[in-house]
Amino acid sequence: MIDNELAILLARVQFAFTVSFHFLFPAFTIGIASYLAVLEGLWLKTDKGVYANLYRYWLKIFAVVFAMGVVSGIVMSYQFGTNWSVFSDKAGPIIGPLMAYEVLTAFFLEAGFLGVMLFGINKVGRKLHFVATLAVAIGTFISAFWILSVNSWMQTPVGYAINDVGQFVPAAGWWDIVWNPSFPYRLVHTVLAAYLTTAFAVGAVGAWHLLKDKTNPGARKMFSMAMWMAALVAPTQIFMGDLHGLNTLEHQPAKVMAMEGHYESHPDGAPLILFGVPNSEEKRVDYAIEIPKASSLILKHDLNAPLAGLDTIPEADQPPVGIVFWAFRIMVGLGFAMLGIGLWSLLARTRKKLYDWTWLHRAALVMGPSGFIAVLAGWVTTEVGRQPFTIYGLLRTSESAAPLDAPAVAMSLLAFVAVYFIVFGAGIVYIFKLAAKTPEAHEPAPDDAPIRSAGITPAAAVLEGDHEEGAAS
Amino acid sequence: MNGFDLTVIWAGIIAFAVVVYVIMDGFDLGIGILFPNFKVGTDRDTAINSIAPVWDGNETWLVLGGGGLLAAFPLAYAIVLPALYAPLIAMLLGLVLRGVAFEFRWRDPSHRARWDFAFTAGSVIATFAQGVTLGALLQGITVEGRAYAGGWWEWLTPFSILTGFALLAGYALLGCCWLIWKTEGALQRQCYSYAGRLGILLLIAIIAVSAATPFLEEEYYTRWLAYPGVIATAQIPLATLVISVLYFRSLSKKQEAAPFFYALGLFGLSLVGLGVSMWPDVIPGRITIWEAAAPYESQLFMLVGAGIMVPVILAYTAWAYWVFRGKVGSEGYH
Repeated sequence: MIDNELAILLARVQFAFTVSFHFLFPAFTIGIASYLAVLEGLWLKTDKGVYANLYRYWLKIFAVVFAMGVVSGIVMSYQFGTNWSVFSDKAGPIIGPLMAYEVLTAFFLEAGFLGVMLFGINKVGRKLHFVATLAVAIGTFISAFWILSVNSWMQTPVGYAINDVGQFVPAAGWWDIVWNPSFPYRLVHTVLAAYLTTAFAVGAVGAWHLLKDKTNPGARKMFSMAMWMAALVAPTQIFMGDLHGLNTLEHQPAKVMAMEGHYESHPDGAPLILFGVPNSEEKRVDYAIEIPKASSLILKHDLNAPLAGLDTIPEADQPPVGIVFWAFRIMVGLGFAMLGIGLWSLLARTRKKLYDWTWLHRAALVMGPSGFIAVLAGWVTTEVGRQPFTIYGLLRTSESAAPLDAPAVAMSLLAFVAVYFIVFGAGIVYIFKLAAKTPEAHEPAPDDAPIRSAGITPAAAVLEGDHEEGAAS
Repeated sequence: MNGFDLTVIWAGIIAFAVVVYVIMDGFDLGIGILFPNFKVGTDRDTAINSIAPVWDGNETWLVLGGGGLLAAFPLAYAIVLPALYAPLIAMLLGLVLRGVAFEFRWRDPSHRARWDFAFTAGSVIATFAQGVTLGALLQGITVEGRAYAGGWWEWLTPFSILTGFALLAGYALLGCCWLIWKTEGALQRQCYSYAGRLGILLLIAIIAVSAATPFLEEEYYTRWLAYPGVIATAQIPLATLVISVLYFRSLSKKQEAAPFFYALGLFGLSLVGLGVSMWPDVIPGRITIWEAAAPYESQLFMLVGAGIMVPVILAYTAWAYWVFRGKVGSEGYH
């Protein structure tokens, strides 16, 4: 049925579009929420105004990002049913409870304390306000925990039985299902990715303001903190990414074959293809630049270890190679570029030139969006790489979709594209506007609405004592 | 049978989530519906401020309703959502528009009018779509095997349009009463003047929907109007009448908090009515809660979480409301 295939293709495009847009926001909020918690904690501990100012500066950006994350996330929680109803019926007994736990333990926590975090400092005082910030930060992490468990179970399903109506039902304990084989790796890799994304976004904002005025205390502090994160987290992430890759090789070898561009099996040592153009018609990588045997060395820790290629996988079970191959290289390339910035900043720091080397600042500015791109590339690698399945090896994407007519999905896709580009486009412009403002010693509270700026903002009154100190530091 | 109990408990939990959602997001969607009537400037800002700290938490109950349905009744989730595709997508897009407007209107004063419009448009679309969804569910869904088998316009009938408008009236009333409670001065006076008319509008809507329902399906007719069941079901319209009288009295006495709670009462009774019509089906006339239920292990695992977390959530949600208690703008909490 041509129409049915078209409807499924449109549903896949819609899911990819909405989930990609959505993930940009949590990738940022997971990081900024933790960053805000650190800033407020340091402020409470040291009483230095620079931390309070940076807190208020980033809180405004956080509020915009968080709102976009919430509304784009609600779309996701319903799209499983609207567009992937067969999958929902079959997988619901296993993934449903995990997602319900996400709502119960994370979404409510974030939403419940967000109001106090944004507007409540003068109502509850500094300590309780810090608790609210912590609750939101922990909420973002718990949310990542559950949703990544769900995704990982779909990649490496365990602990299930199939009942007489074809549903996947829990057969082993829930512990096994939650901690399925790829979950620990995916969780660490994704959370570190969110931290790196935030570090480079914060670093770019800091660098931008340093390039304009290298004495600005707020810009110096945020740039320094971001570069510490880059220097420490980038190498950790590369190490963790490698472990994640080895785990994928064990459980989803076809995905790794696509990532590596290995159409053929290599009985005695597989080459590492650095670049090339995958040619799926001819089943080879054109113009390949490769290091002999290096892939076997990385994946098997043995130069001559045999590595199977896609020729061992039935055609109908193979993922598309081109997208996975390229997305993987974009992610890895950006990861090493991040490491480079981190090392460069360490060098600058040891020479006491962290705030002086303008080329480092320019490079950090250019790398501002790198985390977002890398995160999306990573998700494309893992999600396209597990095709043609929604539940790996067990349920095909083509057998998961809702019985919708193609025109219905086409209409909704158009509506999503139009609304998302207008709404989130505007939101991104506002984030840029906020980030373009120089961090000030008298950073105003989150909202500067007329009703509040008409008088003295109560939040400012609470923080009054810090302002002069902020200017001095 | 253990499974029996759990399924009923989960039907109760999801019904609870829906009720909490309707009354909590109801008033903030209602403020969106009424928004164009408020004066640009302080009045609009006060109206927004009265819900800014809580709207996100309110909306999370919708996610719990959807997520809970997927987890506890996956078959129902898999049939209902494709059946209501167009209204649900419209609702989601409406929620996107109004959700971001909360932040964006402050960020971009030169385009504030546009985001205020988005706030209203999103609120109206989301509310109307929710009303249509309820109506479409009540009037029946074509099911074949384990899937929806109707077209993508099946939801569109005079009845579902009626329920869409009914919910607009209802949410507007809740929003109006919330503002009476939380504000003072000109904005409060304006809301008092709307509350009476909105109350009449809602009562007309309730009567229209109630009158139409028994004729949708024979089952509804016998359930509501046949003897001896009618003795029990008649209590619902009677209670509605009593609460309506109390509502209008509280308005004429210029009470501040009471109208909101009477309005909640009217909503609660309407939802009880919905329950009477549906129970024990999750898709009326087609699928019972037991047929749609997830296995015992899934429901039990979640019940542990819900049993611990729902009270905790209610506690800190109550705390968050407590933090922002009192009149908005009397001291300006931002």
